[in-house]
Amino acid sequence: MNEAANMTQYLTFTLEKDEFALEVVRVREVMDYTHITKVPRMPEHLCGVINLRGNVVSVVDLRLKLGMEAVRKSENTCIVVVEVRIDGEMLQVGILADSVQEVIDLDDEHISPPPRIGTKLNTHFIRGMGNRGADDFVIILDMDKVLADSCTGAVMSSDDVSAEEHQNVTLLQK
Amino acid sequence: MNAELHTEIPENSDLDREDKMNESGKYTDTYYQETEERLAEVEEAVLDIEQNPHDKEGVNRLFRAMHTIKGSGAMCGFDDIAAFTHHVENVLEKVRRGVIPVTKELTDIILASRDQIKIMLEAAYGKDVVADAEHSACITVALKNLLAESWQGKTIDPPLSEDKEQSRTYRIQFRPGKGIFGTGTDPAFLLAELAELGECSLDGHKHSIPELKDFEPEQCYLYWNIILTTEKDMNIIRDVFIFVEDSCELRIDVIGEHTDSDVETEHKKIGEILVERRDISSEELRNALRTQKRVGEILVEHEAIDQDAVHSALIEQRHVRTISKKRQEAASVSGIRVAADKLDTLVNLVGELVITQARISQVVSSPDNTELANPVEELERLTMELRDCALNMRMIPIGISFGKFRRLVRDLSADLDKNIELITEGAETELDKTIIDRLSDPLVHLIRNSIDHGIHTPEERKDMGKPRVGKIHLSATHRGANVEIIVRDDGMGIDAELVFAQALEKGLVSEDAELSRAEIFSLLFTPGFSTAKEVSDISGRGVGLDVVRREIDSLGGTIRISSEVGRGTAFVLSMPLTLAIIDGLLVGVGPERFVLPLSMIEECAELTPEQIAKTRGRNMTPIRGELIPFIRLRDIFTMSGTNPSIEQIVIVKVDNLRVGIVADEIVGNLQTVIKPLDRLYRDAEGISGATIMGDGTVALIADISELIRCAKD
Repeated sequence: MNEAANMTQYLTFTLEKDEFALEVVRVREVMDYTHITKVPRMPEHLCGVINLRGNVVSVVDLRLKLGMEAVRKSENTCIVVVEVRIDGEMLQVGILADSVQEVIDLDDEHISPPPRIGTKLNTHFIRGMGNRGADDFVIILDMDKVLADSCTGAVMSSDDVSAEEHQNVTLLQK
Repeated sequence: MNAELHTEIPENSDLDREDKMNESGKYTDTYYQETEERLAEVEEAVLDIEQNPHDKEGVNRLFRAMHTIKGSGAMCGFDDIAAFTHHVENVLEKVRRGVIPVTKELTDIILASRDQIKIMLEAAYGKDVVADAEHSACITVALKNLLAESWQGKTIDPPLSEDKEQSRTYRIQFRPGKGIFGTGTDPAFLLAELAELGECSLDGHKHSIPELKDFEPEQCYLYWNIILTTEKDMNIIRDVFIFVEDSCELRIDVIGEHTDSDVETEHKKIGEILVERRDISSEELRNALRTQKRVGEILVEHEAIDQDAVHSALIEQRHVRTISKKRQEAASVSGIRVAADKLDTLVNLVGELVITQARISQVVSSPDNTELANPVEELERLTMELRDCALNMRMIPIGISFGKFRRLVRDLSADLDKNIELITEGAETELDKTIIDRLSDPLVHLIRNSIDHGIHTPEERKDMGKPRVGKIHLSATHRGANVEIIVRDDGMGIDAELVFAQALEKGLVSEDAELSRAEIFSLLFTPGFSTAKEVSDISGRGVGLDVVRREIDSLGGTIRISSEVGRGTAFVLSMPLTLAIIDGLLVGVGPERFVLPLSMIEECAELTPEQIAKTRGRNMTPIRGELIPFIRLRDIFTMSGTNPSIEQIVIVKVDNLRVGIVADEIVGNLQTVIKPLDRLYRDAEGISGATIMGDGTVALIADISELIRCAKD
């Protein structure tokens, strides 16, 4: 996204024991955990909607989406509101994070492509692995892809990449 | 932790569109919108002058509209439209001067030109149509022929000025007999009836009310002076008093006539003239006038009249003044064009304000906040006014779409060799713009239906003893929080038995079903139903009415049919005024809250353990002697928690089917701003949107029809 300047800012947050990162330009705000109204008859990771200053915003439990256990609410639990593009439509989505850590600067050089194996995550969701020095890696997520299939309700599966890629192709054609 | 990251997110959702637009893009947009409106005006005006060829004002309107299209077309770079319109304008100029008469030929060609301009406009705007240059040339030639044709020697009636209904101002002195109450007449009803006739100022005379000791409660001591401005004539006013005329004093005088050409020439007063001629200074004049008493005061002093009489004369003066002021204003009312999305933003912001205000009110309602109570009450009032005002801005009179229907009736009845007149009423009734736009197709369909199936040819009508000209009434009126739109024809009507037989044949009903007339007619909305014996070009494929109903449903409205064989058919549509707000009933299931649209709710009742026991596991319970199927929100939404011992059942009516929706508790009524769910949740079954409540939490709005569908699966 920011090829010319090379330096990009990322917001890091934790899910279970792993540390993840999102591009700061996509983050609208970070808010404390608030009451989430559950929308019935929807997949489990779509955990409901919240009132964000008068707008109704969807919330996604990223842990469930990424195949982990559901978030256990603690005082560090918070909602990161990000902008994603789904079907060519920009929308704000809240994602539940165990805790938000910091904003870091990362050089493109320090981002390596996602490993083909060795992670239990669907590599399709990963934009790259960011090296913060001393081999301290964060997983940079591609939120557009993470949420792209949420509408269809399909739950993550690491073998399902081809099907998903197929879906992305059809999206592009639109 | 709560670090807000203020980072600008690039807005690139509109990029594609912006790319296409060059510098002149915004003019193109404006021109497109404006011309569309002008074209609607043209259509209306042509149909007006077709009906009344002497309507000079209509010709003028037509000319002005075409002139504007040409002028702004040339300015915004639509040279082809400007050039084409130029020919039309030439012809209209001659019509205006009375050189070319208004004939069917003329109106046909102007309507054809209008359609061509519309196509050219859409082609220029990048819509998927191609303007046929040959067709343009054809019309141009026809227009030139009209111009060239020699009208010399043919007698043309000089264009007469239209005979407009004049409004007059009446002074009505009404002094009921003292015993009027004894006849069971309430003067208040008579006055209310008068007020319906036009603009009305009332003045009650109270001075003949005696002291309390002499007061007889069964006697009427009051009398009234009424100043009324109306288009109706004196006899109609007299009719209001028809039953009391003998026992009362009644005088009706005309005190003023108003026409549109009313030029307000105010005569100068003597003092003003003297000042103008520099005989006295304005200072001197004012000093001299100060010593002078008002005429009324002088008369009262001389005991010639009483205070009430002066008061009522003053009211009369004021009334006449406001009427003439209004007339002047009407001519100069101007508006500004605002993009619809700006209004949407405004409505959204106001919606948020309403929610925030409700939260503040809730906080303040605790007893130790008495100081804040007043300003908060004020805030509540202002917010409500602001909300009404903002919603009102989106409201436009439904009449703007009527022109299109008149054209439809004109063209279609000509195609089918029928003679049909469209009569419209309530053009000034206001509705949300979105609703008017989306109602257009269903209404077109209903009107086509009436023309095609409802109304016979003139010969057939004559044989049936009906007037040759068929009539379609299109009317819009306010009914509480809704607008009722009726499409009524005086055609053959619908045979309920025939409908039932067809439904039976198609397997839509069982033979022993006992249905009311209304229920039978509602079968017509079932997909794949058609009673027309032949499928025609226009309608009758049986894919119509169900589409109409679906669209009306999605707008939150209802539709029903009433019909009598041989007399005619009426489609009655009841639409909400706006889409942004609904009246809802808030129900609770465990900790969650759901909103049920109030318009569908018939009643609420309790579902007791005894009743549950009787259901023997089936979800049916008798209510008022009818066995009603019910849906538990907890079950259908697979929510946790246990049902309370006494549950609440809300009876809703969908498609003539009564269904109970069962919740734990009923919280209350609320008027709520609808927020759509985004892409992720749009497919949520049984949920049509969300709303934010006073405490800041989100409640979901249940989609009852969909819930019933889910329950059936």
